[in-house]
Amino acid sequence: MSGAAVAVKKKLSVPFDYSKYIRPGKLPHIWCPGCGHGIVLKALLRAIDKSGLKKDDICMVSGIGCSSRTPGYVDFNTLHTLHGRALSYATGVKLAKPELKVIVITGDGDALAIGGNHFIHTCRRNIDMTILVYTNAIYGMTGGQYSPATPVGSVSHTSRYGNIEPPFDTCEMAKASGATFVARGTAYHCQELERIILEAIKHKGTSVVDIIDSCPVYYGRMNKYKSASQMMEMIEKNGTISVKQAEKLPPEKLEGKLLRGILYKVDRPEYCEEYEKLIKKAQGKG
Amino acid sequence: MAEKKRILLQGNEACAEGALYAGCRFFAGYPITPSTEVAEALSVKLPKAGGKFIQMEDEIASISAIIGASLAGVKSMTATSGPGFSLKQEGIGFACLAEVPCVIVNVMRGGPSTGYPTGPGQADVMQARWGTHGDHPVIALTPAYVQEILFETVRAFNLAEKYRTPVMILYDEIVGHMREPIVLPEPGEIEVVDRVKPTCPPEEYFPYDERYEIAPLAAYGEGYRFHVTGLNHRQDGFPTNDPATIQEGIKRIIRKIENNRDDIMKNEEFHLDDAEICILAYGSTARSGREAVKIAREKGIKVGLLRPLTLWPFPEDTIREVSKRARVVVVPEMNLGQIVYEVERCADCEVVGIHRVDGEPITPAQIIEVMERYK
Repeated sequence: MSGAAVAVKKKLSVPFDYSKYIRPGKLPHIWCPGCGHGIVLKALLRAIDKSGLKKDDICMVSGIGCSSRTPGYVDFNTLHTLHGRALSYATGVKLAKPELKVIVITGDGDALAIGGNHFIHTCRRNIDMTILVYTNAIYGMTGGQYSPATPVGSVSHTSRYGNIEPPFDTCEMAKASGATFVARGTAYHCQELERIILEAIKHKGTSVVDIIDSCPVYYGRMNKYKSASQMMEMIEKNGTISVKQAEKLPPEKLEGKLLRGILYKVDRPEYCEEYEKLIKKAQGKG
Repeated sequence: MAEKKRILLQGNEACAEGALYAGCRFFAGYPITPSTEVAEALSVKLPKAGGKFIQMEDEIASISAIIGASLAGVKSMTATSGPGFSLKQEGIGFACLAEVPCVIVNVMRGGPSTGYPTGPGQADVMQARWGTHGDHPVIALTPAYVQEILFETVRAFNLAEKYRTPVMILYDEIVGHMREPIVLPEPGEIEVVDRVKPTCPPEEYFPYDERYEIAPLAAYGEGYRFHVTGLNHRQDGFPTNDPATIQEGIKRIIRKIENNRDDIMKNEEFHLDDAEICILAYGSTARSGREAVKIAREKGIKVGLLRPLTLWPFPEDTIREVSKRARVVVVPEMNLGQIVYEVERCADCEVVGIHRVDGEPITPAQIIEVMERYK
């Protein structure tokens, strides 16, 4: 077989150039070896690239935690706020400048514990923003304490005898609170995640993506996983199933598995658009 | 010239008018007595002016939202009272360190805790100074009249924009709910300051540019793509662990206020020139103080009033000056002793406090009774 024939057959694509979205001199990131946050960031940047959004038109807002360090690395309008408050700061940014595409990076502790109230009310308003919840079931930055996403029985530095608190289902909560786009992906299924994030970004209204991610250094070590890759396989690959695959299986086969994919999507009036109508009404033009 | 039309407004409504005049176009708040009327008024008036009002899910969300809106380039305000002011402290700290202009109104009620929601208090003045953790600069204004609330709200926005810092307006329930005839200023009648924006190319922009005491502030979405964090940061806005940079950053945000005291300070002096007794009072208590001066002067007692309209930074120099001439400084305040200790720190003469926390105002008679002892 000639070399030329091979090239045609493989149709080598040009590798994606992440550097255009990374601020010069801001890497290396703070994430530990084996952490999935870097994989999620790459999927996010590819999705942003496909969305066609300009860097100037994106405002990335985060709270406190490992994933919340993301905005420091990327070349957008970026705001690293306080623990749990990302969505409130983001609401202010969005209302002040609705033409901005607001993307919120948050973790399970940030979004569901200290920021739980802001999470449900942001969803309720259906304000146009994309919320990416990096769910690794642990507080990583403070050294491995249990979070509202930690499974029952898991060991952490504050649940040495096994966690007795049932976790939230982020997607169910987002849907019940009024989010109009709810999806779940994993760092393991990185290409699928890119497609999900792209759909979330394109959606008008509050879009929530629960991203199952792994913290091998704290959660993994304390819960007897052998390696980062084994942990990823067990939790992200074997612990989840796509919505399409799930449709073909009986309920007993789905037990203990989280659904992946776009779980819920509806059209409902978006907050900023409704506000523009309110302004017209107040000004007697409505 | 025809006399301007006077309208009867409540202090809280005057605050809303002042905000609109200053160019505030975003308000986020949460209902709380006795400040709610500020939110109610702005929920009606902001949309008419093309601005936005949002009732957030809590007090912390409210201050967070105004900081976000301000970074997107819109003048922003929130209003609250005691318990809400406690909750807003983390956001005040963020705005101090990240140098985000915004205005926080605290209509003071009785505390601690839920305390006395419908009664006045002045017990949040030290919380305004030190409520958020860490060393930080503070500007707090203390209007005493309904008309003055309007003017001081405009001044609060001007100072916030000029010095890239949160500015607090502290007035108590008495002035917040009192109705007085006031004049609404015409456009252009009072100076309105807007923040300095960068003119350099985006690639040369630093949100905390070390060449400035107060760096120009870009708005999100205007091509500058800058980073803001609540972590100690370098001039480019990105976090740092460098000891020298951390210390210089904190010292600079304090220095930018201290170095501009002349512009920030504002006092009213009433019969102070020959005063042997000086009453130092702020907010509604200063109204009783003024009345006490009038009555005491009729009795031949040489009394004057020093009324800080800027309570923070503290009018140290003025008090030093006044206390050289006076025998005593009397400090009435609706708390069990807060500003009185600051006065003691600065005064070269005896200092005596008059305090009550029963939800009742300090009366002129109460002040005169104390002054009689020093005549």
